[in-house]
Amino acid sequence: MRHTPKDIEESARRVSRRGLILGGAQVAFMSVLAMRMRYMQVNQAEEFRLLAEENRVNFRLIPPTRGLIFDRNGQPLAGNEQNYSVVMVREDAGDVDEALARLGRVIPLSDDDIARAKKELKRRSPFVPVTIADRLTWDDLAEVAVNAPALPGITPEVGLSRSYPLQEDLAHVVGYVGPVSDYDLGKLEDPDPVLQIPRFQIGKTGVEAKMEDQLRGKAGNKRIEVNAVGRVIRELGRTPGEAGADLQLTIDHGLQNFMQARMADESAAAVVIDLADGDILGIASAPSFDPNKFVRGISVADYRALTENTYRPLANKTVQGLYPPGSTFKMVTAMAALEAGVIGPEETVWCPGFLKTGGRRFHCWKRGGHGHVNLNESLQQSCDVYYYEISKRVGIDKIAAMARRLGVGVRHDLPMSAVAEGIAPDKAWKRENRGEEWLIGDTLNASIGQGLVLASPLQLAVMTGRIATGRAVSPRLIKSINGVEQPSGAGADLGISPSTLSRIRKGMYSVSNTRRGTAYRSRVEDDALKLAGKTGTSQVRNITAAERARGVFRNSDLPWERRDHALFVCFAPVDNPRIAVALVVEHGGGGSTAAAPIARDITLRALSDGMPPLTAYPQSQRREAEERLNALKLRTPPKSDTGRSRA
Amino acid sequence: MSYLEYNVKTVPTGWRKILYLNWPLILLLSAVACVGFMMLFSVAGGSLGPWASPQMKRFAMGMAGMFIVAMVPIWFWRNTAALAYGLSLLLLVAVEFFGAVGMGAQRWIDLGFMRLQPSELTKITLVMVLAAYYDLLDIKKVSRPLFVLIPVGLILLPTFLVLRQPDLGTALLLLIGGAVVMFVAGVHWLYFAAVGAMGGGLVTAVFFSRGTDWQLLKDYQYRRIDTFLDPATDPLGAGYHITQSKIALGSGGWAGRGFMQGTQSRLNFLPEKHTDFIFTTLAEEFGFVGAFSLLVLYALIILFCIVSAINNRDRFSSLLIFGIATTFFLFFALNMSMVMGLAPVVGVPLPLVSYGGSAMLVLLAAFGLVQSAHVHRPRGR
Repeated sequence: MRHTPKDIEESARRVSRRGLILGGAQVAFMSVLAMRMRYMQVNQAEEFRLLAEENRVNFRLIPPTRGLIFDRNGQPLAGNEQNYSVVMVREDAGDVDEALARLGRVIPLSDDDIARAKKELKRRSPFVPVTIADRLTWDDLAEVAVNAPALPGITPEVGLSRSYPLQEDLAHVVGYVGPVSDYDLGKLEDPDPVLQIPRFQIGKTGVEAKMEDQLRGKAGNKRIEVNAVGRVIRELGRTPGEAGADLQLTIDHGLQNFMQARMADESAAAVVIDLADGDILGIASAPSFDPNKFVRGISVADYRALTENTYRPLANKTVQGLYPPGSTFKMVTAMAALEAGVIGPEETVWCPGFLKTGGRRFHCWKRGGHGHVNLNESLQQSCDVYYYEISKRVGIDKIAAMARRLGVGVRHDLPMSAVAEGIAPDKAWKRENRGEEWLIGDTLNASIGQGLVLASPLQLAVMTGRIATGRAVSPRLIKSINGVEQPSGAGADLGISPSTLSRIRKGMYSVSNTRRGTAYRSRVEDDALKLAGKTGTSQVRNITAAERARGVFRNSDLPWERRDHALFVCFAPVDNPRIAVALVVEHGGGGSTAAAPIARDITLRALSDGMPPLTAYPQSQRREAEERLNALKLRTPPKSDTGRSRA
Repeated sequence: MSYLEYNVKTVPTGWRKILYLNWPLILLLSAVACVGFMMLFSVAGGSLGPWASPQMKRFAMGMAGMFIVAMVPIWFWRNTAALAYGLSLLLLVAVEFFGAVGMGAQRWIDLGFMRLQPSELTKITLVMVLAAYYDLLDIKKVSRPLFVLIPVGLILLPTFLVLRQPDLGTALLLLIGGAVVMFVAGVHWLYFAAVGAMGGGLVTAVFFSRGTDWQLLKDYQYRRIDTFLDPATDPLGAGYHITQSKIALGSGGWAGRGFMQGTQSRLNFLPEKHTDFIFTTLAEEFGFVGAFSLLVLYALIILFCIVSAINNRDRFSSLLIFGIATTFFLFFALNMSMVMGLAPVVGVPLPLVSYGGSAMLVLLAAFGLVQSAHVHRPRGR
């Protein structure tokens, strides 16, 4: 729109007037800014300069006290002990080499320490304190403190470091802590600032790693005044951190120690589950290692010894070791068949020593065969042909489904490292994972726990527990967190018919308590402690026709790594089952000779308060049992300070 | 139609336009930018990387842009004001949209050579459209309620979009910038008084709503207000910036510690030392003398703009210059207040000094508009 000159005049006048008011307001505000500037930079300059220069205010993080781990009876499994160390701040120390040399004249420093310290000092910002030496004695610490004036930038510190008083016993369960690595930091989306503290330790394996978030706690901070050389003048204030949560495990340390000691010479794994609420009372993998070595920084030689040991001490065989369950799987096949109604409990199968299917002979472990066998006899004597026959009738899919129902081929959620899922194979599984069609031979192999079936000792213990109770018992390792009881693993009814369950239990009773049972030698005579079990011997090699014709090798003639795995599972007491036990002795030979005796000792130990009562053993074996038990190297837990220092 | 309104014959043409540019203003802008280069050089520990040299390149680019904008006749800008405003609204919505499909909390659009923040652009286009609106409107109708509502709508629309991002600082700038153009255009006093009263009521409501289920601001915004009112409550968290910034600033004293001698910024007490808190480095190294000089430079820029605006008889031009000058003023006034603990930390950069491309380019383009208005002003009679 075209404005008239009069309008333009009017507009210009008005805009000028308002514009000047606006300009005035802006100038006024700028004057306020200038005055504020003058006030801060001239009037208050001295105060700010003091704050800024003479007394630089520093914030330091206070690492939180890591939560403690106890067993079910309150015995500390992981604690914090006092640790004296020396730290250096690069920008205050001046020449690093010179400073380290001076320190080396006061306390002994290894070349290793010096090299590590130099690397760390180079990597960190100049004002970050870096630990030079760790685990010093009190005398060394005092020496550094006394010489402090000659050692600028170097300060002695008292901290806490992790210790595991039971050493080897729970290495696989509790795990260990170690310094934060770049790899650890990379895995986290939003790393806690406390992880940046030099040599801060976080859980690396086991419960320490899996429960890291609960155990770590929250960092506090302190404001300190430091002078120009970086010496702390005084603490201005401190916000205490929050200590990590204390964990109570379901483990009974006495039983755990007994298990480790009993299996000491073997490469073996055993699990004991309390059937009332799924508590894992003991879960031992042998041989073991001392986690304290890892906390301190393990030497190359020690580490090589661990990795080169054929018994694999670092592996946690209880949950991550997978084994063909062998005959211990026969309960699963039998239950699938009974529930499907394809065989009657008293119906017999003729065992001539083999079963011919699809042009192949499937052999029974007993060359001459067992003759007519019913369900009870088949378990008692572990007849293979019986299971070949019933598995053909019921089919693999139902067997696999039953296995999963009983906890085999299912991952149990435990806070331990590398918990394996195992395999309960069926047709779909083989197609997906092997790209092959299912063959009838696969069914027959699976029916006796060979071939594709794989289970961990933990899964076998759960399986046995579920057979003993008829409930979906699920294992739990954490009893309480900071005194808060965790959900029970008692489980709901599995919906398996009571008659099936009682038949199977009776069969297992026969294994351990009747003259022809495969584990009769490892029976218990005390009625209150009687156990019902099942042996298993699983092949790790194929037996060729030629070998069979020549006569099968005896295990003792084979090299160790080709011998059979020996397995035993049981529950006890028979009348009112309280615990389930599963045991695998790697390449131990026969289940009845290598596994059952160890499992009996562990079962008796778990059921009694102290050592197994000798009266529970058959008369003829008591002397031998006594010698064996007395020879065990058991540990009396140290009455150590748990390092709880919470103000 | 609008073309005729300007007395085209008296307007310089061709290269002669360069003579008629507002040269003192260009010198002042360059001086401020040089202060910025020095500070970025110092903050980086005496090195051109990583901030000073990209900042120089961008300033050169921005200056070129300013000249191009200045050469284009001001009536072209007036006629395209509505289009520019609409475009920037579209971009704001686009940012909202791309944010929604999961590109993160982005406030910018990638143009390949730079990241454009539509909210930066909107600060200028809003001023343009308001100036154009009042240029079109009969002066006598300026204070009629209906004709007051239209610009209010023009202001609130982008403000609302920016608030949703959420960017409280920019929303505040848009609101005040728009209101100032309306004020200068001559809208009646009473409207501003009424809005002022309502604003007071709103602030009260904001405080009383805290913790109830109709809480008006986000928790982090309340925390910013808290730490502004009492920085000591959270010395490690949000109050940390204010406390450290005050220490650095105050310790500069009368003449400062000298170029590149600042200790506070070098010790990394301030995480945003090269952007929002760059003024502290200046104040620490050059003291009150340096800080005050920068303030004077800024004041001179404002002064030259006001003089140019008052002497310009074209309504669109003078309103536009006032709007842009005020936006510029708000930038440095808010930033300095924040750094000196007079305002909460809202994340406003120090114009032409803080490191950052988008803001600098848009600001220089805006000064291009001021120059264009200056060059193409009606002359003689």
